[in-house]
Amino acid sequence: MSDAASPDLDQFRSDTRAWLEANCPAEMRTPMQGDEDNFWGGRNAKFASDAQKVWFERMRDKGWTVPDWPTQYGGGGLDPAQAKVLREEMAAIGARSPLSSFGIWMLGPALLKYGNEAQKAEHLPQIARGEIRWCQGYSEPNAGSDLASLQTRAVPDGDDFIINGSKIWTSYANYADWIFCLVRTDASAKKHDGISFILFDMTSPGVTTKPILLISGKSPFCETFFDNVRVPQSHVVGTVNRGWDVAKYLLQHERAMISGMGGRDGGRPLGQVAADSLGTDDRGKLDDPILRGQIASFDIDEAALACAAERAVDLAKAGQLHPAFSSAMKYYGTELNKRRHEILMSAGGIDALEWESERSNDGARARAWLRTKANSIEGGTSEVMLGIVAKRILDLPGA
Amino acid sequence: MALVLTEEQTMLRDSARGLIGDTAPVAHFRKLRDERDAAGFSRDLWKSFAEMGFAGLLVPEEFGGSGLGCVEAGVVMEEIGRNLTPSPFLATAVLAASAIARGGSDAQKKAYLPKIADGSLIAALAVDEGAKHRPSKIALTATRAGNGFKLKGAKALVVDGHVADLLIVAARSAGQPGDADGLTLFLVDPKAKGVSIEHTIMVDAHNAARISFDEVEVNADQVLGEVDRGAALLDTVLNIGRAAVAAEMLGVADEAFGRTVAYLKERKQFGKRIGEFQALQHRAAHLYTEIEIVRAAVLKALQAVDTDAEHAGFAVSVAKAKAGTVTTLAVQEGVQMHGGMGMTDQFDVGLFMKRARVLQELFGDANYHAEALAEWKKY
Repeated sequence: MSDAASPDLDQFRSDTRAWLEANCPAEMRTPMQGDEDNFWGGRNAKFASDAQKVWFERMRDKGWTVPDWPTQYGGGGLDPAQAKVLREEMAAIGARSPLSSFGIWMLGPALLKYGNEAQKAEHLPQIARGEIRWCQGYSEPNAGSDLASLQTRAVPDGDDFIINGSKIWTSYANYADWIFCLVRTDASAKKHDGISFILFDMTSPGVTTKPILLISGKSPFCETFFDNVRVPQSHVVGTVNRGWDVAKYLLQHERAMISGMGGRDGGRPLGQVAADSLGTDDRGKLDDPILRGQIASFDIDEAALACAAERAVDLAKAGQLHPAFSSAMKYYGTELNKRRHEILMSAGGIDALEWESERSNDGARARAWLRTKANSIEGGTSEVMLGIVAKRILDLPGA
Repeated sequence: MALVLTEEQTMLRDSARGLIGDTAPVAHFRKLRDERDAAGFSRDLWKSFAEMGFAGLLVPEEFGGSGLGCVEAGVVMEEIGRNLTPSPFLATAVLAASAIARGGSDAQKKAYLPKIADGSLIAALAVDEGAKHRPSKIALTATRAGNGFKLKGAKALVVDGHVADLLIVAARSAGQPGDADGLTLFLVDPKAKGVSIEHTIMVDAHNAARISFDEVEVNADQVLGEVDRGAALLDTVLNIGRAAVAAEMLGVADEAFGRTVAYLKERKQFGKRIGEFQALQHRAAHLYTEIEIVRAAVLKALQAVDTDAEHAGFAVSVAKAKAGTVTTLAVQEGVQMHGGMGMTDQFDVGLFMKRARVLQELFGDANYHAEALAEWKKY
């Protein structure tokens, strides 16, 4: 085969396999049950278990919280082929991600592309080591999917900006140490042209947050208010008033991240979950032929989507990936994940309806089902994603 | 293996696109249809296929072929789908070549493979008997008689069965219909006594045959592979065929979609180009996404059968099922978005819909492969 693995890569694979075998605690090889199984890092980081702590620290020390970032910024310095091998070997033993982080998934890639050297040197290693937990200040009450209509103002004052306004749907803002934020720095320019991308500490005077209770009964989201917050102008990433470029680039990563969520939860196969709950008939088939068919058709779509995700990585490597393709994947992945959770609820039947009990792990399945309904809204709605595909990929008129 | 075409595969695609697009576009198919051509395909075109090396893609080099793989065959199948080109490529170059190269004795390989590669022999695989694809339910019997067997039974939807110089017939030599094993494959001369061939023209104006076997005598040297143990070989060959059909469906879907998007950009209604309407934009964008997912799944399946991967059957079922569903959607949306014009024979889009219906059934529809996947995953 023309691209057969090189001997070096084979060696890397066997070394990686051995290292993971020796270093990944057994508890970290089981599927995550809820958000508390994520480790988010930050100044006030709490570990849910000793195993979580050990696993995080070992991975961090190898730079494998961000395996493909340069070592000078705390990364593992792996090339794309090695990073793929690491992902495959982690998946093979069901290893959990050691660190969940908007810094890794979203801000990091944007900083690597648009940040200046001082910004990279200051922030990237802290992200890699899980020392600073970031949140994203994009959406506003009147600028969600129409993000470019945002109104939060940043007015120059000496070497600083004075920021006033508010953000909404700021995930985990109440736990975040810093925020990457879109602000309007030129009110007279056209919508997209007067926006800047700026970073600041959430403990700055004038920043307050308020959680928003959701239908899941939980609250990953917050409203965030800025009242005369003073931020050095040097905290702008990229060029002042050109923040839209950074924002768009970052959104591609966000969309890629959200589209992968279905797979990332490490959930058990639906057929198995359903069999445990419904039982099987005398031929060993699920005791609900229609649900069995729905699961099979879901599994087909999920497996095919996994091929597309793999292909997207390979296309990107070959320089052939359309930049708007992440919108297509975000759309499909989130719709599929909603379907997955509808099936899970159906398979669980009456048991899945419990909301407050130890037996139901505090209604974990129902809450997760409700949470997924946001998948096709956050990071740009499904309709916005389809609009982007229609306009940028299909070149349809007036889109 | 990266899920993108290599440089060589891209070059092959470009040359297939050139040859098929130039010499056998949809107009070529229409002409054969309208003239009610007895073969239903062009022998000249098949000669060009052989000269370009397409007929021998899967034939090993020692037997006159190029010894390439299923990814390469899939690349050609996609272009065939795009142009609705009638051709013995699937039956002969993909199915028969694979069956003989993988299961044949040295004598059988020497006798047939060079002729497949040079385009002088057309072969067909006879599997299905009932209305739906169910290989385990094969009932056509092979009864031992003297040094050989006698075949009795009938086959339906034998692609190119009406023009084949050689039939590869899957028969039950042991067990009962429904048993997974007990099958034997035979190389049968279609002119042998007791073989009767009924030429059928299908809804898509492509050709196939219903073939019956009345005490047809075959010798032991006409057995392809092992007696009673033909199911594994048949399954391998079918998986190659399924992946290839999925690639043809991808071509059908992508072409129908491309034509539809072009129509959305030009057709005006209510004083606007209809592509300006969000309802249509969103459906087009959805379809684009589905087709890209099929493209990845098809390539995955082709690579998996090429490497005889352990998960090959799984990857093939995913690709065939997904391609079946999405291609159906693509042609239906194509006709709907073309409005009344889509219903006319003059517009090509309806032809793609008819082809898709046939390809959906061939070697297992989306339900068949969803069931296979559920079995694979044991629920």
